[in-house]
Amino acid sequence: MASAKKYWKGFGDLTSEPDSEAIKTREFPTAIPIDPFLNGDGKAYGAQASRRDFLKWTGFSTAAAALAACEGPVVNAIPYVVKPDELNPGVADYYASTVYDGHDFSSVLVKTREGRPIKLQPNTSSGHYAYPNTRVQASLLSLYDIDGLKEPLIAGRAATWAQVDKRVRRDLDAATAAGQKIVLLTAPVISPTFSLLWKQFKQKYPSAEWVAYNPVSNNGAVAAYQAVYGHTALPGYDFTKADVVVSVAADFLGDWFGGDHSRDYALRRNPNQAMSRHFQLESNLSLTGANADYRIPIKPSEQAQAVAQIYRAIVLGQQTRDPRIRAAIEALKKAGPAGLLVSGTNDGDVQLLVDAVNRKLPSRAYRPEAPVYLKAVTDDPVKGLISDMKDGRVGVLLSHRVNPVYNDPDSSAFVAALKNVKTFVSFDRKRDETASLAHVNAISHHPMERWGDANPKIGFYTLQQPTIRPLFQSRQMEDSLIAWMGGVLEGVDAALANDSMATYIPPVTECKLTFHDLLKKNWTENILKGDSTWFSALRAGYYERADALGPVSPTDVDLSSALTRAENRYAKTGKIELQLYSKIGMGAGAQADNPWLQEFPDPLTRATWDNYLTISKKQADELGLKNWRDSKGARNGDRVNLSVKGRTVKNVPVLITAGQAYGSVGLAFGYGREKVGKAAFIDGKPIGVNAFQLYVDRDAIQTEVQIEKADGVHGFALTQLYDTMMGRGESIVKETTAQIYNRGKSDKSRYNPSEKLLTIDGKQPVSKVDMWAARDRSLGPWFNLSIDLNACTGCGACVIACHAENNVPVVGRDEVRRFRDMHWLRIDRYYATDMSYERAESEGRSEGRAFFRALEQPEENPEVVFQPVMCQHCNHAPCETVCPVAATSHGIQGQNQMIYNRCVGTRYCANNCPYKVRRFNWFQYAENDAFDFHMNDDLGRMVLNPDVVVRSRGVMEKCSLCIQMTQAAILKAKREKRPLRDADLSTACATACATGALVFGDINDENSEVHQLHDAEKNKRKYYLLEAVGTQPNVFYNLKVRNKTE
Amino acid sequence: MSSHYESPYREPLVLGDKTYQQISADIVKSVAGPAARSWWIAFGISLALSLWGLGCILYTIGTGIGVWGLNKTVGWAWDITNFVWWVGIGHAGTLISAVLLLFRQKWRMSINRSAEAMTIFAVMQAALFPIIHMGRPWLAYWVFPIPNNFGSLWVNFNSPLLWDVFAISTYFSVSLVFWYMGLIPDFAMIRDKVTRPALRKIYAVLSFGWTGRAKHWQRFEELSLVLAGLATPLVFSVHTIVSFDFSTSVVKGWHSTIYPPYFVSGAIFSGFAMVQTLLSVVRKVLRLEDYITRLHIDYMNRVILLTGGIVAVAYITEFFIAWYSGSPFEDYTYLSWGAATGPYWWAFWSLILCNILVPQLLWIRSIRRNFVWTFVISIVINIGMWFERFTIIVINLSKDYLPASWSMFSPTFVDIGVFLGTIGFFFVLFLLYSKNFPVIAQAELKTILKSSGENYKKQRSADAQ
Repeated sequence: MASAKKYWKGFGDLTSEPDSEAIKTREFPTAIPIDPFLNGDGKAYGAQASRRDFLKWTGFSTAAAALAACEGPVVNAIPYVVKPDELNPGVADYYASTVYDGHDFSSVLVKTREGRPIKLQPNTSSGHYAYPNTRVQASLLSLYDIDGLKEPLIAGRAATWAQVDKRVRRDLDAATAAGQKIVLLTAPVISPTFSLLWKQFKQKYPSAEWVAYNPVSNNGAVAAYQAVYGHTALPGYDFTKADVVVSVAADFLGDWFGGDHSRDYALRRNPNQAMSRHFQLESNLSLTGANADYRIPIKPSEQAQAVAQIYRAIVLGQQTRDPRIRAAIEALKKAGPAGLLVSGTNDGDVQLLVDAVNRKLPSRAYRPEAPVYLKAVTDDPVKGLISDMKDGRVGVLLSHRVNPVYNDPDSSAFVAALKNVKTFVSFDRKRDETASLAHVNAISHHPMERWGDANPKIGFYTLQQPTIRPLFQSRQMEDSLIAWMGGVLEGVDAALANDSMATYIPPVTECKLTFHDLLKKNWTENILKGDSTWFSALRAGYYERADALGPVSPTDVDLSSALTRAENRYAKTGKIELQLYSKIGMGAGAQADNPWLQEFPDPLTRATWDNYLTISKKQADELGLKNWRDSKGARNGDRVNLSVKGRTVKNVPVLITAGQAYGSVGLAFGYGREKVGKAAFIDGKPIGVNAFQLYVDRDAIQTEVQIEKADGVHGFALTQLYDTMMGRGESIVKETTAQIYNRGKSDKSRYNPSEKLLTIDGKQPVSKVDMWAARDRSLGPWFNLSIDLNACTGCGACVIACHAENNVPVVGRDEVRRFRDMHWLRIDRYYATDMSYERAESEGRSEGRAFFRALEQPEENPEVVFQPVMCQHCNHAPCETVCPVAATSHGIQGQNQMIYNRCVGTRYCANNCPYKVRRFNWFQYAENDAFDFHMNDDLGRMVLNPDVVVRSRGVMEKCSLCIQMTQAAILKAKREKRPLRDADLSTACATACATGALVFGDINDENSEVHQLHDAEKNKRKYYLLEAVGTQPNVFYNLKVRNKTE
Repeated sequence: MSSHYESPYREPLVLGDKTYQQISADIVKSVAGPAARSWWIAFGISLALSLWGLGCILYTIGTGIGVWGLNKTVGWAWDITNFVWWVGIGHAGTLISAVLLLFRQKWRMSINRSAEAMTIFAVMQAALFPIIHMGRPWLAYWVFPIPNNFGSLWVNFNSPLLWDVFAISTYFSVSLVFWYMGLIPDFAMIRDKVTRPALRKIYAVLSFGWTGRAKHWQRFEELSLVLAGLATPLVFSVHTIVSFDFSTSVVKGWHSTIYPPYFVSGAIFSGFAMVQTLLSVVRKVLRLEDYITRLHIDYMNRVILLTGGIVAVAYITEFFIAWYSGSPFEDYTYLSWGAATGPYWWAFWSLILCNILVPQLLWIRSIRRNFVWTFVISIVINIGMWFERFTIIVINLSKDYLPASWSMFSPTFVDIGVFLGTIGFFFVLFLLYSKNFPVIAQAELKTILKSSGENYKKQRSADAQ
C-alpha cells in the first residue's frame, strides 16, 4: 500500500504559493550563473565569455582540484576517555623533587606535560643545590633510554619479580647461614631514610655490610675533616663571604666536592658591589681557572707545595720562596677573615694544611661547622671489599649506581674477585660494564620514578617523588630490599600504609609495604619539626632545619709532619705530569650514553664527543705532536700512547690547549665506556679512552708519565675552530679592569666607548645612524635579554636547558665535525691575546701571514671570556630582509620569528647573520636511522616539548627567545585579567642560569629587572654585540670586569 | 640595412670564395648529413656527465642538503658559485646580438647565433642552482608571487633573491625569443634545402611558415630592433641584480658598492671567454673557418681585455679599500692579505693569475689573433671567473664577523657531481644545437657578403685597378 504521507519543503510548499511551485520544477532553486558563458539565446557560440575565459576557469579548477588532492598523512590525536583530575592537556605541572644518581645532586622542579617529565628546572626556593647543572638536566633523557633494561633478569634472561625475590632471598639466607658477608656496594648515599632501612636490613641479615664507592675520590678532604672534626663529611664553604679566594686546583665552579658554589661565587663578582678577587693555581685550564682574575699555571706536583708554602706564610709566618704565588699570599694575608683557601688536591695532609690556613685567617667563608655529606666517602672500604670478595668472604654482592668494572683503577682485580662471589645482584637499569656481569639484574627506578630523600648538607633535607609511573618493569632498590626482608618494616603498620599519595605501586611485588611508607614515617616522626608537614615538605621538595654538629672543636693534629709529608708528596717527579679531571659535561662518565651530554661542547676546549690529552703548545712542539686543520677547517691531531706506572692507554688524541701548564698534560674521566647505551659508541667503538685506567692509587695526579707518539690521526669535533678575537675585541667582548671601572664609573667612554660612525653631521654613535623607519616599540611588551659577562661562568647549563626546551636535535660526532651542530645557544670561548700590530712589528711578525698567525695564537696562559650567543633578535634584522618568502619576520614583541612552515631553505638568512646563530636542518634529524639518538624512537621522543615543533629537513631554525613560554605567560595573565608581571616571563636559558647572568623580561615594564639593565644611563656596562653593524639587537651584554689592578 | 661598400683596408669578415649558395650549403651540410663520430663521442660523454649530475641532484633532494659540504657558517658555496658563474657566462650572447646590433657591428653576424645559444643553455644551468640549493626545493614555487591560500602569504619584495627570480626569468624569456626569432629565416632556408621528408617537416614547423616575403623581412627587422632594445638593459640588469645578492647583505666583502658594474664586467668577461672556447672548437669541427676568422677572435679578445681590465681595477679597488678602512673586520675579505695568506690562498692566487695576469697576454697582437692561444686563455679565464665567485662566497663567509664561528668549506663528491653534471648538460644541449640548428645566422651574414666577403673585396680592388 502506497503511503499517503507527504513531506513539505516549507510553508510555501504547504500553501502552494506560486514561487514555491515555480521552484519545484527547477533543478536548482537559484539560478546558476552560466549566462556569461552563453549568448542571449542560450547557445555557447558568441557568448560574452571567450574561449580564453573558459580555458582559464577550466585550468584554475583543474589546478585547484589537483592541489586539493595533495594532503599530508593524517595523525589522530586520541583524547582521554576519562581525564585524570590533576592533568590538563596543554598545561604543564611542576613537581618539586630531587635528582641524585650517585654523582650529581640537585633539588629540581620537574616539568611534566600530559604525565611526562620533559624538563628539569631549578627549585629556586630551596636555596641549596637549587640549580641543576648540565648533567643533572640531561639526566632526564636517561628516563627515556631505549637501551636500558626493561625488566628484571636472572642470568641474563627475563624473569618475574617473584622469581627474582625467590632467588635472591634464597641466596641471602644461604650467605647468612654460611657466615658469608652480604655487601651492598653503592654510590655515596645521602638518604637518611635509607640509613634507617639499612639498619632494619642488617637486623634481618646481620652479615650485611654497606660500602659506598665514589669513582672520583674525595678521600683526602674527607680524611682531613675526619681527623680534625671527627665526622665523615666535607667542610662547608660560603663564597659570598670571601673577598679573596685562593684556589689551588679546586674546580669549585665544576665538580669540586659536589659543587653548588657558582651562585655564591657569582654574587661576589658583580663589579658594582665589592667584587671578590680570585687567584687560581692549577695545571689544566678548568672552568674555575677560566673565571679567575689571576691564574697561575703550576705543575700538578707543585699543588701540594703551593699549599705548603701558603701554610708556611700564613700560619708559620715564613717568607715565600716562590714568586709566582707571592701575590696570592699577600692578598690572602691582607684579607684575613675575608680570605679563603681551597684546594682540589686529593691528599689528606694537604687538606689538613688548608684547614689550618683557613682557621688561622680565620676565614669567614670556611664553615667546617656546616659540613657537606654529599660525596663524603673515603676509599678504604672499597679496598677491603675487593680482598673480601677475592677470599670468598662475600656471599651476595648487591650493587647500585656503581660501575667499578669501568671506573675502578684496578677493575681487573674487581672482575677476578667477582668470580668468587656466589650471587651478584645489580640494581642498575643500564646494562653497563658491571651490571652485565650480574647474576640477577633487579632493575631499579629512574630518579623520576622513585621515592627518596637526601641530606646533602647539614640541616638541609630534600624529598624525591615520582613524576611518572614506572615505564618498565622496574622496582626501586629500597623496595627490593624490603621485599627481601620479607615485606616487614619495623614500626610501620602495614594496615595504615599505602594512603592516597602512594597511588604509585611497584609492579609485581607481594609485599604491601614500600619505601614510601618508611619515608613518610621517618619524615613525619624524625625529620620534620613542628613548622612543616609531610605534604608541605613534599610540595616544596626540601626542608631546612637548624641542625648543628654540636660544638666544633678541632682536634689537634700533627701539622708539622703533615707539612713535611705534603712537601714530599710528589718529590719524585717526571718531566711530564698527568692531571686527571672531570669534564663539565661528562663528569665521571655515568651518563656517557646521553646524546645531549656527548654533544655538549666542553666550555674550554669546545670539543664534543671526545676526551683527549690536553697539552700546551710548547710541550707539544717539544714532543713533536701536532694539531692541524683539514680542508673542512676541522681540527686533526696526533695520537699518543700514554703510560703511567706500567699501565698504558693507547691512541689518546692530543689537543693542544692554551692555559695547560707546561710540564703537565690533562685527561678527562668518563669516556672509553665498553658497555652502555649506543650513544657512547661510534661505529661500534667506544668514544674516547678510559682515563680511570691511569687513576693509579686513585690519585688524579700522576707524576711518572711516559708519552710516545702513536700512529694515526684523530679528527676532533670542535664547535669552535678559532680561539682568539683576531683584534676585534672591542666589538665582540668588551672588558676592563675593576680599577678602571671603579675610577671612571661615571664616564662610560673610558671603558665602554660607544662606536661612532662618520656621517655628514660629524661623528655619530652608531645607534643614531639609521636608514630604517623605527617601529613603535612602546606598545605592549618588548622583550629583551640581558647577558652579564661577569656573572657568566660558562658552565653551559643554559645550553642543555635550551636543548630540552626547544627540542634541539642531536646530530652526532661526524656532523659536529662538519661544523653543523644545532645548538641554538652556544657559549663562545675566547682566549685573550695581547698581540697587536705594534707588538707584532716589534717582534718582526707584522708582515702578512706571520701577523695573522700571531693573532690566531692564544697566549700560553690566556685570560678567558665566555660569551653566550643566541639569536640577537635584531630590530633591524639582516635575516629578515633577505628571505625571499618572508619566512623570518619581526614580531610585535621584539622577537625575530622563524616560520618553519614557510621556510624553503635558501640559507640566505644564515649567511647574512653577523652572529651566525641560525641553524639549518641539513638532514631529517628526527625519525631517521642515520641519526640514531633519542629522536629516533618513540620512547626517546617522549622527552620532546609538545609546545615546540620538531623541525623537518631543509628548514632554518634558531633561538625564538622561548616564544612558547612568553606566549603562555601572556595568555595566563590575560585569563587572570591582570597585567603581565616580570616574574611571569623567562626563557629556558635564563631560568637555568645559576648565576643570574641571563635576565629576560619586558623593557616596557618599568618594574622589571631587564628594564633597569636596559637603561644605558643606569647600567654603564651595557653594550651590543657588533653594534657597528647597526642591527639594533634585543639581546644586550654587560661588559666583563676583571678584578685586577692594572 | 647594410651598405654595399666597405673600405678595402678592412679585413674581410667572410673568407674564401663564397657565394650566397655556398653559405647556404655550408650551413645545411652539418644539419642534413649524419653526425660525425667525434660528435657522438662528445655527446656520449656529455650525456653521461649530465646523468651523473642528475643522480647527484636526486640524491641531494632525497637526502638533504647535508650531502654537500656546507656548514652552519658557510651556507652557500659551490651551489651559488656555479649559479653566478653560469649566469655570467650567459651574458655574452645577448650582448653580442643585441648591443652589437644596436651599434651596427657587422662582425657579430658569424658568432651571434652560437653565442646566444650558449647564453640560453648557460642560463638554464644557472637557473637550476637556486632551485636545488633550497632545503625544500619542492616548495620552490613559493618564490613566485602567486595567489595562494596560505593565508594570503606574499613574497618578500625586499629580498634580492626574489629580484633574482624576476631578473633571470625575464632575461631568459627575452633571450629565448630573440634567439628563436633570428632562427626563423634560417630554419626556412634549411627546410628548403633538406631532402629527407621528416627533416623537412620538422624544419617547416620550426620555421613558422616563413616564406621570405618583403613583409616578413620588414617585421623581422623591426622585431630585431625592438628586442635588441629590450635585451640591452637586461644584459646589464641581470648581473647587477645577481650582485645585489651580495652587495645588499651585511657580510664583510659582500657589502660593497662597486659590485654592480664589477659583476657586469666580470660577466661579460667570462661570457666572451666561453664564446671563444666554444667557437674555437665549433669552427674546427663544423669547418666554419671561413666564417669565424682571426678578426672575430681578435675583436672578442679586445672586449675581454676591456672587461678584464675593469675587473682588475675592481679587484684592486676592493683590496685597497679593505686595507684603507683599517677595520679588523676587513682583514679576511676575499681580496685582502688575510685571504692571500690564509687557507684559501690557492683560490685567491688562482683568481689573480687567471683573471688579471694571464689575460694581459692579449695585449700582444699575435696572441690575440692566434686560435690556440685564444682557446687556452679563454679556458684560463673561465677557471679564473669560477674562482672569483668561489672566493667571494666562501672566503667572505668562512671568516665573517665572529671568529668563534669561522670555519671552512670542503666540497663533497655531490658538490662536484652536480657541477660536472651542469657542464655535461650544457654540452648535451650545445651539441644537439650545433648538429641540428643553423650555427651561423646565414640570412644575416648574406647581407654583408658583398661588402665584407673576401672574394668580393678582392674583386673590387681588382676592378679599381
